[in-house]
Amino acid sequence: MNEWNNETLVEVFPAIWQGFLVVLQVTLVAGLIAVVLGLSVAIGERIGPPWVKRVLSLVFQFIRNTPLLVQVLFVWTATSLYINPEWSAFAVGSAVLGVHYASYTSESYRAGIEAIPLGQWEAATALSLPTHRVWGAIVLPQMMRRSTAAVANWVIAMFKEVPTLFVIGVLEMIAQAQKYQGQHYDGAVEGYTIAGILFLAASYPVAVAARRLENRLAKSHF
Amino acid sequence: MDVQEVIDSLPRYVQPLLVTVEVTLASAALALVVAFALGLMTSSKHLAVRTPARVFVEFIRGSSVVVQLFWFAFAMPVVLGIQFDYAIVAGIIALGLNYGAYCSEVVRGAIAAVPKGQLEASLAVNFTPFQRLRLVVLPQAWPEMIPSLCAFAIMLLKASALVSLISVTDLTAMAGLIGGRDGGVNQLPHYALILVVYFILAWLIWTGMRALERKAKRGLGVDAKQVKGRLTPAVAEKGLT
Repeated sequence: MNEWNNETLVEVFPAIWQGFLVVLQVTLVAGLIAVVLGLSVAIGERIGPPWVKRVLSLVFQFIRNTPLLVQVLFVWTATSLYINPEWSAFAVGSAVLGVHYASYTSESYRAGIEAIPLGQWEAATALSLPTHRVWGAIVLPQMMRRSTAAVANWVIAMFKEVPTLFVIGVLEMIAQAQKYQGQHYDGAVEGYTIAGILFLAASYPVAVAARRLENRLAKSHF
Repeated sequence: MDVQEVIDSLPRYVQPLLVTVEVTLASAALALVVAFALGLMTSSKHLAVRTPARVFVEFIRGSSVVVQLFWFAFAMPVVLGIQFDYAIVAGIIALGLNYGAYCSEVVRGAIAAVPKGQLEASLAVNFTPFQRLRLVVLPQAWPEMIPSLCAFAIMLLKASALVSLISVTDLTAMAGLIGGRDGGVNQLPHYALILVVYFILAWLIWTGMRALERKAKRGLGVDAKQVKGRLTPAVAEKGLT
């Protein structure tokens, strides 16, 4: 094992920073998938025909209760062996991460939908509003207040799980540290430490903001 | 894909399955101890007790479990001069500390939810702080914690797959190893197999924790809420991440 070295720390930093930018890109793509797909699943589980509800619930329970790491490996093997070996690790990794977290966010959305008082649904029925108006004008605005903070928390949690994707060769921070180690026989220790600190520096302010948002929404409603 | 090949290799999965269970149980035990220690510290009224615990919790929750795992396995021996004989120990400590920090929020929340009158009553009958904790606070807070702790136990099971990255031969590592023979043409069914095994393990945790919750609530004379048999982390609803 190599000793801790401040010069190496400076040298390895640009590589880790590159990895950090990749992490942010993955977070953006996967976060978008998680937010949109999660909402679609929550709505589908509510208004879809019975077989759709059952299939959605079963599939997403399975995704929710199995490790992300194995899912990533499974899908990566499937795409590179049977579907299209040209697909990049970045695209496949972001998609799997997004779908995995959609299985969590859909539960937050579901809780938000279930918290809407029954009277609201009855009033919508009494006015015989069309389905898209019921959701667009009544359900979604109210449930968003309840779910937004929870979903934001899941996206922060997702951001911190991006490094898992290095197993399929997404060049994030761990992969960069290992690459540097492979070339210079040094720098992995410093690299992992920088990675940890960068995560802390990036996620802590966002987490505090999300907590504040949560408190404000909780006070402003219900 | 060759199903027969997967069936033939089943016996080789027994040992890794035990490793996965061992990592999960050991880090869950560590996480529970850490969670109660930190949860009690963060609900203390003394600033000198609360602050270090708070800082530690935010530090752990703020960064990534994957990075922490690598840090404990590869960087800590250099930086702090602490070297574990087996990678599995570093894995258990990293997972235990990480999930302990998350669960300490559950403990703190449940303690804060015990009605004020209970504490005043225990003061009125002149309980020592330790008696108050043991006889009044914890028996009422504990059943409230179980659903969230159950969710974190399942998260921990899933996170245990990460120890395969620091060269511990658990289920995930074994699936990569066996499936990787012959250039990995038979990889997919092996990953599918362990996905199902992980799901069954998660279901077992969930069922066990449901029974525990019912028992704990019966002790308080409260009926546990009926859930519609879906495996849902309670943390998803509360956003306890």
